[in-house]
Parts: sequence; C-alpha cells; structure tokens
Amino acid sequence: MILSENWLREWVNPDLDSEALAHCLTMAGLEVDAVTPLAEGLSGVVIAEIVSAEPHPDADKLRVCSVNTGSETVQIVCGAPNASAGLKAPLAQPGATLPGGIKIKKAKLRGIESQGMLCSGAELQLSDDHDGLLALASDAPVGTPIEVYLDLDDRLIEIGLTPNRADCLSILGVARDLAVATGAGFGAPPSEVVTPAITDTFPVEVLASAQCARYLGRVIRNVDISTPTPLYIGERLRRAGIRSIDAVVDITNYVMLELGQPLHAFDLDALEGGIRVRQAESGERITLLDGEERALSDGTLVIADHKKALAMAGIMGGEGSGIGAHTAHLFLEAAFFSPELMAGRARQYGLHTDASHRYERGVDPELAYRAIERATQLLLDCVGGEAGPVTDVSSPADLPVHEPVTVRAAAIQQMLGIDIPAEEVTRIFSGLGFAVEVAADEATWSCTAPSWRFDMGREADLIEEIARIYGYDNIPVEPLRGAGSASAIAESKTPQTLLKQRLIARGFSEAITFSFVSPEQQRLIDPEIDPIALQNPISSDLAVMRTSLIPGLLSAAAHNVNRQQTRVRLFETGLRFLPDESLQQTPMLALLMCGSRLPEGWSAKTEPVDFYDLKGEVEALLGAADQPLTFRPMVRPGLHDGQTAEVRLGEQVIGVMGRLHPNAAKQLDLPDQTFVAELDLTAIADRSIPDYQEISRFPEVRRDLALIVKAETSASDVLDCARAAAGSSLADALIFDVYEGEGVAENEKSLAIGLTFREQSRTLTDEEINLSLSQVVESLGEKLGVKLRH
Amino acid sequence: MQALDDLKVEATTAIESAEDTATLEKLRVDLLGKKGRVTALLKSLGQLDATERPKVGAEINAVKQVLSELITERKDSLQRAAIAQQLESETLDVTLSGRRQDLGALHPITRTIERMTEFFSGLGFEVVEGPEIEDDYHNFEALNIPAHHPARAMHDTFYIDETHVLRTHTSGVQVRTMEAREPPLRVICPGRVYRCDSDLTHSPMFHQVEGLLIDEGVSFGQLKGIIQDFLHAFFEQDALAVRFRPSYFPFTEPSAEVDIQCVKCAGEGCRICSGTGWLEVMGCGMVHPRVLEMSGVDTERFQGFAFGMGVERLAMLRYGIGDLRLNFENDLRFLAQFR
Repeated sequence: MILSENWLREWVNPDLDSEALAHCLTMAGLEVDAVTPLAEGLSGVVIAEIVSAEPHPDADKLRVCSVNTGSETVQIVCGAPNASAGLKAPLAQPGATLPGGIKIKKAKLRGIESQGMLCSGAELQLSDDHDGLLALASDAPVGTPIEVYLDLDDRLIEIGLTPNRADCLSILGVARDLAVATGAGFGAPPSEVVTPAITDTFPVEVLASAQCARYLGRVIRNVDISTPTPLYIGERLRRAGIRSIDAVVDITNYVMLELGQPLHAFDLDALEGGIRVRQAESGERITLLDGEERALSDGTLVIADHKKALAMAGIMGGEGSGIGAHTAHLFLEAAFFSPELMAGRARQYGLHTDASHRYERGVDPELAYRAIERATQLLLDCVGGEAGPVTDVSSPADLPVHEPVTVRAAAIQQMLGIDIPAEEVTRIFSGLGFAVEVAADEATWSCTAPSWRFDMGREADLIEEIARIYGYDNIPVEPLRGAGSASAIAESKTPQTLLKQRLIARGFSEAITFSFVSPEQQRLIDPEIDPIALQNPISSDLAVMRTSLIPGLLSAAAHNVNRQQTRVRLFETGLRFLPDESLQQTPMLALLMCGSRLPEGWSAKTEPVDFYDLKGEVEALLGAADQPLTFRPMVRPGLHDGQTAEVRLGEQVIGVMGRLHPNAAKQLDLPDQTFVAELDLTAIADRSIPDYQEISRFPEVRRDLALIVKAETSASDVLDCARAAAGSSLADALIFDVYEGEGVAENEKSLAIGLTFREQSRTLTDEEINLSLSQVVESLGEKLGVKLRH
Repeated sequence: MQALDDLKVEATTAIESAEDTATLEKLRVDLLGKKGRVTALLKSLGQLDATERPKVGAEINAVKQVLSELITERKDSLQRAAIAQQLESETLDVTLSGRRQDLGALHPITRTIERMTEFFSGLGFEVVEGPEIEDDYHNFEALNIPAHHPARAMHDTFYIDETHVLRTHTSGVQVRTMEAREPPLRVICPGRVYRCDSDLTHSPMFHQVEGLLIDEGVSFGQLKGIIQDFLHAFFEQDALAVRFRPSYFPFTEPSAEVDIQCVKCAGEGCRICSGTGWLEVMGCGMVHPRVLEMSGVDTERFQGFAFGMGVERLAMLRYGIGDLRLNFENDLRFLAQFR
C-alpha cells in the first residue's frame, strides 16, 4: 500500500522526520519498503494560463503561446497538442529545475524565442502522461508555485503489509499503530452523521446473511456528476496509485483509502425493484466493470436487484449499474462480507481488486456506518444532492464475535523472556483499541479485541501485539538453556558429506539441477515411465518431475561442452520421483564423465574417457560396501546397447551405468564418449563396520598365467572359476592384460591373470602352489574351454 | 729401501690418476691383495736379518697404510663425482606442471548448507530430511494455513494433484518430526523447496534451511540469541548488526523477519541493499501454539521457536554471487571457484 506522508501526518504527527517515521512503522510490523519524495528537486515552476496560442511560422507541430505567469505575459513555444487559449498548466520559468535535475533556460525553437517551458505531468514526475500539458483546474491560482498548489512537499510511503493486518490498509489503521508505537496523539478528523434531507430509501434484502452480515445503503438524489473531483482528493488518489474516474467513484475510493471500507455507488435509475444480496444462480452470468463477461460459479455472492446480478459482492461492480455521465441519483453501498466467503474468490475469477484485497483479509464490520457517513458528507460537499436515511440490514448473529482473552503477565514473561511494566501492557492494549480489564493484582488482563482485528483469538496472539509495540529491539538476547540430546552416529552409513568429498577428490564437481525437466528430456532416459506432471508448470521445459537425475546432468554437461570445457566430470545427489501410488521419492546419486581422461598437459596423451573410467569410479565409491559389487550387461533406452551395465550390490540392483547412446549424444551435442551412472544413494551409503583381520607375517607368492579364452567369455567368469579352483590359499586374483589381435585367433582373446597365494600361519611350499595352479588350469579348461597360451 | 720408495711413488701416481672404481679396485688387488706387491714385500721380510725386520716391517706397513688410505680416498672422490654427475644428468625443469588429477568442487549451495548445519549441530540440532512432494496437510494445514488462507498467496505453489504439492518450505519436515517424536526437540531441516515464480531474483527451485527447537522455558529472547550468534558465525563478523522486525507467518507468533547490516556496504547503503543498509536474510518466530497442538505437543509445558533461511540468498551474500541463475547453470568455471 502506498500512502502520502502528509495525509498520514494529518491523523498522527509524531516528532520524527520521514526516515525515523518509516523506521518506526517498520519496527512496529508495518514494513516500509520505500519512501519516495514526490517531485524531488522541483523549483521555479508556477501555474500559468495560456492567453493565446498561434501556429509557429516554421514548424507544423509547434505553437507560439502567449502565457500569463501572474506577474507578466511571456512567450512560450510549445509542441503539446492540448496547448490552447484558456488552459492552465505548469510553466517552468528560466532558472527552474525539474525533477531529475533538468535546468530550464531561455531558448530559441526554430527561430522563435521561448521564455521557459510548459510542462506535462511526466516532466514533473507527477504521472506517466507525456502526451500533453498537465491540465490544471480552471480555478487554479495563476502565479502560485506548483509545489504549493499540489502539496508536492510530500513523500510516498510504500508499506508491505502482511496478510493479517487488513486493518492497516487505510490511513486510519496505519495512524492508529503509529500513534501507539510513538505515543503521539491520534486525531481522527471529525466524522459527522449526515442528517437526511429526504426520506427516500431503496429496498434491501439480504438472502445470504452468513456471508453478508451487514449491508448499509443510502439514496442520494440530484447529484451533479459533471462536478470535477476536488484537487486534494484527486491528488491523494493519484499518489496511492488509483486512477481518477469521476467525483463519485473517486470519493468512494478516497474513503476506502482513508478508513479502509470499500464502498460502491450504483446509478439508482439502473436498479430495478430493490437490492438483493444472494448467491449466484446456476448458469448466471455478469459483465463486470472491466468489460468482461464471466460465468458465476456456486458459492459466489452477488449484489442483485430484482432482475439481474449487479455486482460480484466485494470484488467488482457490474457494467450498466455503475456511475455514468448521465447519472442523476445514487445508491451508495457499504457492506461487510465475511473473510471466509471472500477467501480465494477473486482469484478464482482471475481478479484482484482493492475491495477484494481488503475483504478477504477482513474489513471492520463496524466501519460501514462511519464510512457511509463520511462518503455521504464528501459527496454532498462535492456533487451536491440530497441524502436519504441509511438503510441498515444487519444480522448480529452472523457478525464476528470477539470473546475476551486472558493475558497473564507470567506468560508474557515466559514467551518474551522479559518483564514488561503492567501499565505499559495496559497502554498498548488500549492504544490498539482493545477493551481492557486489568485484574486487581495487575498480573492478568482480560482483553476484548476491537472489531477491526480478526487474528486475536488467543493469548499468544495478544502477546505478539505487546512484543511488536514494545519493540523487538527492546527484548534482550538470552542464552539457550538445556542441551540437545546427543544422537548415536550410525557408522554403518557413510555420511553423505564424506561420499561427496570422495567424489570431489576424484575430480567430480557437484551440480544442482532442477527437479523438474522437460518431457523430452525425461523420455530420452525413461521412455517407459509416465512421469508425475505438475498441474501448473512454470514452463514446458520444467513440466514433469524427473524420474532420473541423468537428464539434468546431461543438460549441465552440454552447457559446459558448449563453453569449450574439454573435460567434464559432474555429480548430483537428490530425489527422483516415480509415479506410483505412494509417490516414491528416492535419493539417488548420478555421475557423468565426458571429454579427456586426464587434465590436458605435457605428461599424458589426450585420450577420451571410456567405460572403464566410470566403472572405476563406481568401484572406488563402493569400495567400503558390505556386499559384493557386480556388473551385468543390460540394455536401457538412451544408453549404448553394448556398454551398459546393471550395478548390483549382493542381490540388490542399485543402479545403472553406461555410455550415452550415440543418437542421444548427437541430439544433445555431447561427445560420443559420454558416460553416466545413477545409483541408489541409500544403498551406496551402506558400509560394513571394520572387523580387523590379523595380517599374515608370512610371505606371499604371485604366479601369472597367460590364457587363451573364447572371445565371448567374460572376465568375471574366468576370475570366478579361477578363485573357486585355487583353494583357500588364494589371497587375490586379477586380470592384468587383455589382448586381441595378431597371434590370437579371431574368435578368441588372450588374458593374463595374476594369482597371489598366502597363508596366515605358515610359508607355502612350491608344491602346494603348483598344485593350486594346475587345479586352476584344469578347471578353466573344463568349464570354460580355456587354454594356456604358449 | 729403494724398492719400497719406488713402489710408493709409482702406486701413488697410479691411484691418483685412476679414473674409475674398477681401475682402482684392480690397483688395490695389485698392491694390497694377497698376491699384491706390498704384500709380497711383507712376505719377503723373513729373508731379512732379525734385527732389521722390525724396522723394515714398520716401513712397509706404513706404506701399506698410506696406499690403503689413498685408495679409499680416491674411491670416495670418484663415487662423489659419479653421484654428482648422475644428479646433474637427472636435473628436471621443476616448473613444468605435475601429473594432475584436479579436485572437483562442492556446489556453493551444499557448501553453505554444510556450514549452517555444522553450526547448529554444535548446539545439539539433528539434521532431518523429508519428502519434496508433500501433502497439503503437512505443507499447509498443520502449519496453520488452511485452504484459501491469504497466506497461501504468499506461497506460489506448484500442484501435483488435489492433495499434493511441491513443498513450498521445509517446515513440513518439522511437523513430521513433532508428530514422530516427543519433545524436547532440536532439528534442522535443509533441502530443496519450490515456488511457482521465476525471474531475476526468484528461482522455481531453491533451498532452505529451517530449524525447530521445542523445550521447556523457551523464549523469544533465546531465539534472538541463537539467530544473532548464527549470523555472526556465518559471516565471521562478530560486530555484524542484526535486527528483528515484527512480521507475520501463520505458523509462528510472535514472528520476525531478520535483517543484517548490509555486508557489502556495511550499512552505508548500496545497490545490494537497495540503499537501505539492511538485508533481509531470514524469518523466525515462536512456534504458534496451534501448530504445536495440531502435532500433539503439550503447550502448557513446552514452547518452541522456529527459523528458516534461504540458502541461495546467504550463499550469494557470503560469496558475492550476483546472479541467482548461476547457481543452477552448473558452469564448471563457476563451480571451480568453490574448491
């Protein structure tokens, strides 16, 4: 909400400068987002009247005006289309400065001298209107400085109100809080009850009293709708960001800004029969003041007459029943609609109005009386006419009830950690409008909230008010008492921070990508899964929940590859979302490698990473796993059919790793050799608690075998077979060379395996080792057709 | 004994001119070996007169001693020269780069979360996590935000279906913790959160760290203390001004927004703080009794406070990151700065 500081100071004027006043509001919970001086730097601009305007001899669009400044008549060259005799407009005289620092000098325009500049609203930073001179009222006093006339020595205070403080959506409300926070006097301008001059009324029926517990209406006859809006009202509306429409609408808006009560004025002649406040009928439609027709849904309250819906209650008036150029008689409305009814209603129609904003947060139900009198008075003063009596249809049973709430001094002390003097507590509650009864021992207060507060149901609500006004700054810092309970540290889980540190030590950088991806990205990796879709995605690129972390990493890699990064190693941890009944959300770890194996340098050849680079990373990561890690070939969409493996820990499948399919690599502009892995993070974190095994004091013996193996026989089959046959002395078995090509038959390959033997309690003899070796060779030959290479 | 003197002169010259250890060894054998010439002279002592034997023997032994030392000395010298030559020939250009396996980097968001959780872990807070697709009850209802509450408009919510949303804060984890455990409680909940908003200063996904403490005798003064200590520790500035401003969250009461003195301009007013000298960094408050009641906490006995902060915001202030979007581009040139 934006309000004029000068207007606020008419209500409460603490001895504080603008900055201190703004700080005070902020610290009372009415956060000031900005304080903007109006027309800063403006000087030397006066009200002037154009006496005559003649065409410029050498320019089609310019006019040469003779202008009365109050003290003399000067010649001004002006290009504004509305520059014509009789118009009063601001004149910047030579020596004047405009907001923004522009200095005005005498000048010649196409050969004709101009003794200053007539100004538009935009040039004075009073509006966005560049199109013509700022037209001033015909009674504007010529020669008066514009800043005096328009009260421009003012600042706009922009307050970001929290949704519980609807009572401060007005000068009245802000002034009340400011008064109690500063102790300054709070002087509401006098509010008088208008004595009816006529007896005319218009019938009002409320058929939905639960939603509309109060409806006030008043007939005002014989108004002069052509009367211009009073200058101060127009200016204050403009400063609050509200467009001037006509005097009647402007006055209803003015009262809303001043007091917080939305008002509506109907053209009485457009109403048929009487007012009915009722639920919208099924299939009913209404065209609102924004010109759009809307189908009304169940639960929408309308203000209707006997024939048709006139307005969407508390949101917006309808076309056809509002004030127009021919309006002669008014029906003025001030109502209370329950916040529960209004909540979310406007948004349902894609609307958000000043009225709906206030009603859904709660408008003081007692305020309608004061507001309708205030508006009537302003209307009579401005557009004239005669007012009838107020028709009041209220349903007391449906009005909000405020029960007294007991506040204990001990609870204040407990909650805030400070003793606040009893008289200060009483002062704050009273100042905020509570009805307060202090107990004899001054240890409890019985407080009934004022009608404008909707959030004061319990003790904590009231203690917050005490804290807010007493000042958070005045509540001293206290040390924390007690200690948290120390929880057991599960050693059988590798901490995620450690897993990440290991990856970083191995050259991987951590990526964080969005949890939602485009359907195309998702299909690339998991085409058989129909992902969870957002009902209201922010864009089609971010429309479905990821079923895998791989697509995000692929995009991140592409971003880097497109920026000349030749070596990309990324990982990400996070949830993937699977579309089943329970909306499974599983923490995963994904890895990606592409580009060169080692950082480029003089010491290594630049070779691209391959399958075994990534596999090595996965093996290292799972080095502490409590179960055997195995890899089995698999086929998976998006990945290379011949270079993809399912990763198992014991019997459990914990993930997948492999090379990006060449088609996908091409599509994403990634290197052909791009490798990805995705693993179940919970499974990776499982580790066995170390169980120390005695280190053998006896020497180990290593024997190597060169084997010829069928091309399709897997390395793990060979090693498994060798391990099984070697006997209990085998400590380790590994493959240290693989060869295919010259010297080895087409359908065969050569493997070199190294076997290490060791015993815990003795030195092995040659005979024992030779026996083991011959068992290995025999078993390999029998089971896998393996021959020794000679 | 002319022969001995001649031998000494000749041998000395030979030793001193030996150019390698092999030559030297051959000389040693020739002179001092079992069949060597000095050894032969010693053997010939028997032929001498008994009275001359001791004197001549001593002379021969003296020469033997001298030659032996000369040989050792020469050998040492040759070895030293050989090592020196080896070192010389093996000299490298130490300025060439090493065989690198560069370190990767932790994302600044994770790095920041780790610093935050480390601080609170030290105070006995336990890290807990929860689902990111959250049900309406835990994300809103249980936090005193019923349907159509105007506060829902403060959360631009992504909807999955009628009853599920992408969590708009990590507060749901706090609710789940209160439901599952008995107080006293100290938990800290880091994680991804989602809001349907995207522009220069809003990302549809970002991170929060929220904390909850429930115990007996918990006060707003204690909340102020812990937050102030945290911010001082996080920015490593003990004099950093911190202020608490009344605000509104449906789940806390009293509620506060926390501002720190601008870390860029030290409160002078700059672009970062929009000229105000203050930066809003987090929200906090005493847990609303209704929230405690809904999760089954005895409000007569226990009170609590809760706080929440945007990780991106604090990370960006700490590290001087000017553009929110950098956090999600995963540019290696960006990440590498957080090694």
